[in-house]
Amino acid sequence: MIDREEVLHVARLARLKLREEEIEPLARELSAVLDHVARIGELDLEGVAPTTHVVADAMPTQPGLRADEPRESLAREVALSQAPAVSGNGFSVPSPQA
Amino acid sequence: MPRTRWSGRWSSTGAPRVSDPVSHEAGAYEPVIGLEIHVQLKTRTKMFCGCELSFGEPENTRTCPVCLGLPGALPVANAQAVHLGLTIGLALGSELAPMSVFHRKNYFYPDLPKGYQISQYDQPLCKGGSLGEVRIHRVHLEDDAAKLTHVGESGRIHGSRESVVDFNRGGTPLAEIVTEPDLRSAEQAGEWLKLLRTTLRQLGVSDVNMEEGSLRCDANISLRPTGSQELGTKTELKNMNSFRFIERGIRAEIARQQQILEGGGAIVQETLHYDPASGAITTLRSKEEAHDYRYFPEPDLVPVRIDEQMLERARAALGELPAERAQRYEQELELSPDSARLLAFRAELGEYFEAAVAARADPPASAQALANWISGDLLSRLPEDGDPAHSRVQPGALAALAGLVSAKRISMGAGRQVLDKLVADGGDPAEIVRTEGLEAIGSSDELGEIVAAALAANPDAAQRIREGNAKAIGPIVGHVMRETKGRADGGEVTRLVNEQLGV
Amino acid sequence: MSSTELIDLSAAQAVQKIAAGELSGAELFDAYRARAAADELNCFTWVAPAGSTGTEAAGVSGAGSSPSMSSSPEAGAALGGIPLAVKDLFCTEGVPSQSGSRILEGYEPPYTATVVKRLQAAGASLLGKTNQDEFAMGSSNENSAYGPVLNPWDRTRVPGGSSGGSAAAVAAGLAPWALGTDTGGSIRQPAALCGIVGLKPTYGSVSRYGMIAFASSLDQAGPLTRDVTDAALLLRHMVGHDPCDATSLRFPHEIELPRAERLDGIRLGVPAELTGEGIEAGVLASFRAALEQAVALGAEIVENVSLPHAPHALSAYYVLAPAEASSNLARFDGVRYGLRAEGAEDLLDMYERTRHDGFGPEVKRRIMLGTYALSAGYYDAYYGRAQRVRTRISEDFTRAFEQVDFILTPTAPTVAFELGAKTGDPLQMYLNDYCTVPMSLAGIPALSIPCGLSEGLPVGLQLAGPAFSENRLLDAAHALERALEFDGSPARV
Ligand SMILES: [Mg+2]
Ligand SMILES: [Zn+2]
Repeated sequence: MIDREEVLHVARLARLKLREEEIEPLARELSAVLDHVARIGELDLEGVAPTTHVVADAMPTQPGLRADEPRESLAREVALSQAPAVSGNGFSVPSPQA
Repeated sequence: MPRTRWSGRWSSTGAPRVSDPVSHEAGAYEPVIGLEIHVQLKTRTKMFCGCELSFGEPENTRTCPVCLGLPGALPVANAQAVHLGLTIGLALGSELAPMSVFHRKNYFYPDLPKGYQISQYDQPLCKGGSLGEVRIHRVHLEDDAAKLTHVGESGRIHGSRESVVDFNRGGTPLAEIVTEPDLRSAEQAGEWLKLLRTTLRQLGVSDVNMEEGSLRCDANISLRPTGSQELGTKTELKNMNSFRFIERGIRAEIARQQQILEGGGAIVQETLHYDPASGAITTLRSKEEAHDYRYFPEPDLVPVRIDEQMLERARAALGELPAERAQRYEQELELSPDSARLLAFRAELGEYFEAAVAARADPPASAQALANWISGDLLSRLPEDGDPAHSRVQPGALAALAGLVSAKRISMGAGRQVLDKLVADGGDPAEIVRTEGLEAIGSSDELGEIVAAALAANPDAAQRIREGNAKAIGPIVGHVMRETKGRADGGEVTRLVNEQLGV
Repeated sequence: MSSTELIDLSAAQAVQKIAAGELSGAELFDAYRARAAADELNCFTWVAPAGSTGTEAAGVSGAGSSPSMSSSPEAGAALGGIPLAVKDLFCTEGVPSQSGSRILEGYEPPYTATVVKRLQAAGASLLGKTNQDEFAMGSSNENSAYGPVLNPWDRTRVPGGSSGGSAAAVAAGLAPWALGTDTGGSIRQPAALCGIVGLKPTYGSVSRYGMIAFASSLDQAGPLTRDVTDAALLLRHMVGHDPCDATSLRFPHEIELPRAERLDGIRLGVPAELTGEGIEAGVLASFRAALEQAVALGAEIVENVSLPHAPHALSAYYVLAPAEASSNLARFDGVRYGLRAEGAEDLLDMYERTRHDGFGPEVKRRIMLGTYALSAGYYDAYYGRAQRVRTRISEDFTRAFEQVDFILTPTAPTVAFELGAKTGDPLQMYLNDYCTVPMSLAGIPALSIPCGLSEGLPVGLQLAGPAFSENRLLDAAHALERALEFDGSPARV
C-alpha cells in the first residue's frame, strides 16, 4: 500500500505536479499494482545473481568502449532549434531559486 | 614553502601516519577533514560521446544528441577515460575493479541534461590506496555537468531571474577522488592537495588547474574532542576554487564549528558554500531535503572487463611519481629531505633540477648545491610559482654557475651577480665572469694585502676582534668586498683576518 | 498494375518485381502514400508529403548520427525504394518524432535512428510515422496523445499496443511493412490483434540508437509484416553492431529468407504456465488447432516443458520497466526541447508543471511506480528482487531449450477488445502482456504469427527460441504459416 504522503513524496522526486483530485486515484492504482508485483517477495532468491544486461552478460567479450576520437558536433542553431526558451546563445531556464 | 606535515616514508601503499596532532587551531577540538576532488580528465573527447572537450569555445558549439540528452541518444564510454582512471588508481596504489561498471544517479537540474549523471556507485574503478599519509577511499569515473550561469543583479543564484545553460562542458570526463578523513588542518589539506595536483599533472591525466575548473575540491569537515577516536557530525564545504580559498574556507568552517561546539551547540549535517569575498559560509541544502538519487545500474552501458592489456597500458603510463622521486633524490642524489620534497613535489622544479644535474658542469657542483641554487636564489628571482624552464637561465648555465662557486673560482656574492645577469639576459656564466671581471681574487698574497689595508682602515674593529668579538669582522669584510667588487671569498677573508690579527 | 494489385503484393514480392524491372519503387511508394494519406484508422502521425519519394526526409547527415552506413548503389537496390512505415518513437531527422507524447509535440530531431538509416541505406523509403502508445507504454494504443488507433478488423476495437499504428497500418494495407518496438510485447501483441506477423529479435541485435527509450534493458526494434518472409527480409537489414549503442551485439550470422515447409524433428514446448489460466477459450482453441497443424508438419509437441517463474514475469517486468522508464523520461524537463509549461514561478514549478501537462496518465503512473521502486529503502525489495527474478526466468528458458527447440504460446490472452474496455483498470491492461513478457525479460527472440480467428478476430501464435535463433525461428514460422493459410485480406479493404 502506498498512502497519500508517499504519493506526494514520490511525485516530488519525479518532478510531477499532482492536482488534488489526481492524488487519491493514483494512490489506489499504484497500490493495486504494487500489491501485485509484491508477489515476487514470496520467491526464494537466495544466492541468485541479478541480471542487468540480459544477453551481453553472456557475451562478455563484446567491445563496450569507444576510441577517444572526435566526431563532429552539432551547429549551435541546430542544438538550440528545439529549445522552448533561448537566451543569447544558451538555453534559458527559470532560476533555480528565484 | 612551508614544511609539509608528513615526514619520512613515501611508500604509496604505506599505512597512514596521521597520529601527530599537529594543528591546534581548534584548541580542545581536533579537526577531521576528508576531501572529495573532481578532476577533469585529459581526453580529446567527452566521457560518453565524440564531442571534443571545450576550452572556452563559443557556448553550445560542442554538443551532440548524446551530451544534450536528446531523446533516443545513447552513451558509449570513452576508452581513454577508463585508461586515465586506471592510471590514477595505479599511482595511488588502489585496488582496481575487475570490471568498469556505471550506475545512474538520478536528480533534476538544468545542467544535467539526461536527468541523471552516469557515475560509478558500489563498484568504483579504484578502491583504497594512499598518497603520502592520506588514505584514498575510492576513485570513480563520471560525466561532468554543463555550465549554468545565473542572470540577475548579482550573478549568483539568489536574486537571479533566469539562468542560462551552456552544454559545452557537459559530459567532460571526471575522476572523482575521495580521501579518507585523514587530514587534520586546513594547511595540511592545502599541502596535500598540492601533492595530488603534482602527481596528477605528472601522470598527464589532467591539467589540474583550479582556476580553469579542471580541479575542483569539496571538503568534509568535522571536529572531535582532541584524543577522541569517534567522528563528529560533518559538514560538506562545496566547490572552493583555489588553493588559497580551500585553506581559508576550511579554516573558517573549523572556526564556525568550534564556536558552535564551545557554545554547547550541535553541528547540523549540511552542505555549505564558502564565499571567498566575504568569508561567509552559507547553507546550500540541509539533510532534510537531501537527494534520493535512486542509483541503479546504467542499462545503456555494458560492464567492460578490465583486461591485462588495459592494465599494462596504464602501468606503462605511470612513470615516476612525486613521492618516489623525492625518495630517489634523497637516496641517490643525497639531497636533504626538505630539498628532495620541494623539487619532487613541484614537477617543473624537479625537471629543471634534473636537467641541471645532467649538464655535468666543469667544475662540478654537488646535487645539493644545485638544489640550493634552484630553490633559493633562482626561485626568489622568478615570479611566484614561476617555472625556471620559462626563464632565461638555462639549466646548464645554472649548473656551470654553481660549479664556479663550489670550486671557489668566484665568490658567492659574485655568483649572485652572475645569476642576476643570467635572469635578465641569459648567457654563459664563464663569459659573464670574464667580461665583468668577477673572478675570485686568486692568490692569498693579493687578498692578504687588501685585508691588511682594511684592518688598517678600521682600527676599532680590529681591536674588538682581538678582544674576541667575532661579530666585529663585518666592517672588515665589507671593506674587502667593496675593494674587490665582491670577488673575494668570504671564508678566505675571515681566515686571513684571523691570521693577521693572530686570533 | 492497378493500385489494388500493387497493395496485394507482399514486400518481398514487390522487391522482386522492382528488381526485375516490372515495377518501380516510386510507383509503389505513391500508391501507398495515397492510402496512408487517406488513413481513417489514425495509424499515422505523419505521412510523407505528396510528390516526395520518402528518401529526402530523415536524410543523411553527419553530426550526431551513426557513422555512415555503407550505402553503395547495390546495397540501396536491395529494397528498391519500397515504402516503410516507422513507429513514431524512432528519431527521424527533420520529421516529427513525438513518441506518442504531448511533451514532444512537434519535436523534430537533428538526427536519425541507426536502424532507420540502415534501412534507408538498403533502399527503404520513409512512408510515414505511426501512432503508438505514449512512450510505448500500453497495450491498446489508447495512451497516445494523438488519439487511439482503430483495429482494421473491427473499428470499435483496439489494435493492441504499443506499436498499434504500425500493426494496423500493415494489416489495413496502408503500408507494406513497418518498424515497431517491443519492450514487453509491443510488437507481438498488436501483430496478434491485427492478424499480421511481428518479430521481437534477440536483445542487442538491432541498434537502439535513436529509439526514444522506454525501458533500456528491454527495448528492441523489430519488423511488423504481412508474412514471415517479409519479416525475415526486413530484419536482415536491421541487425548489426552499432558503435553508437554499447549494448548492441554483432549478429553471428546473416538473416536468411525462410524456406522450410515441414517441421520434421522439431520439438515444440508448450509450457503449462502460459497456456492455461487467463487465456480466452477462443484463443486457446485456435492455439490448439495450430498445434495440431504443427504435428501434421512433423513436429513433436512437448507438453511437460516448464517455465516455473513465468507467472512472476509480469511482476518483475512492472518493476524493472517502470524503474528504467522513470529515469529515461527524466530528460523531458522543458529545458532543451519539447513542451514547457507557461508561467512557471521558478525552476521547480516549471519542471513539475511541464511534466504534469506533458505526460499522460499511464506514463505518469509508470514514472511514479518506477520512482517508488528505486527510492531509498525500496530498491532491494523491488528493483533488486526483480533483477533476480529475471535471472530465474532466463534460467527457465535455458533449461527448456535443452528439452525443446521452440516454446509455443498464444501471443495474447484475448483477441482485440473494445476501445475503452480496459482503460479504467491498469492491472487488467497489463495482463495483455502475460505471455510475451517472459521472453522480453530473457532477451530471447519471439515472433507472433496469425493462427486463426476467434469471434471473427485474429488470434496470434507466439514462437520463441534461444538467443540468435532467428533463422530457425523464421523457418519454423514459415512452415506453420503455409499450413495455417491465414487470410489477412479482410483487414485491407
Ligand atoms: Mg561526483
Ligand atoms: Zn556530445
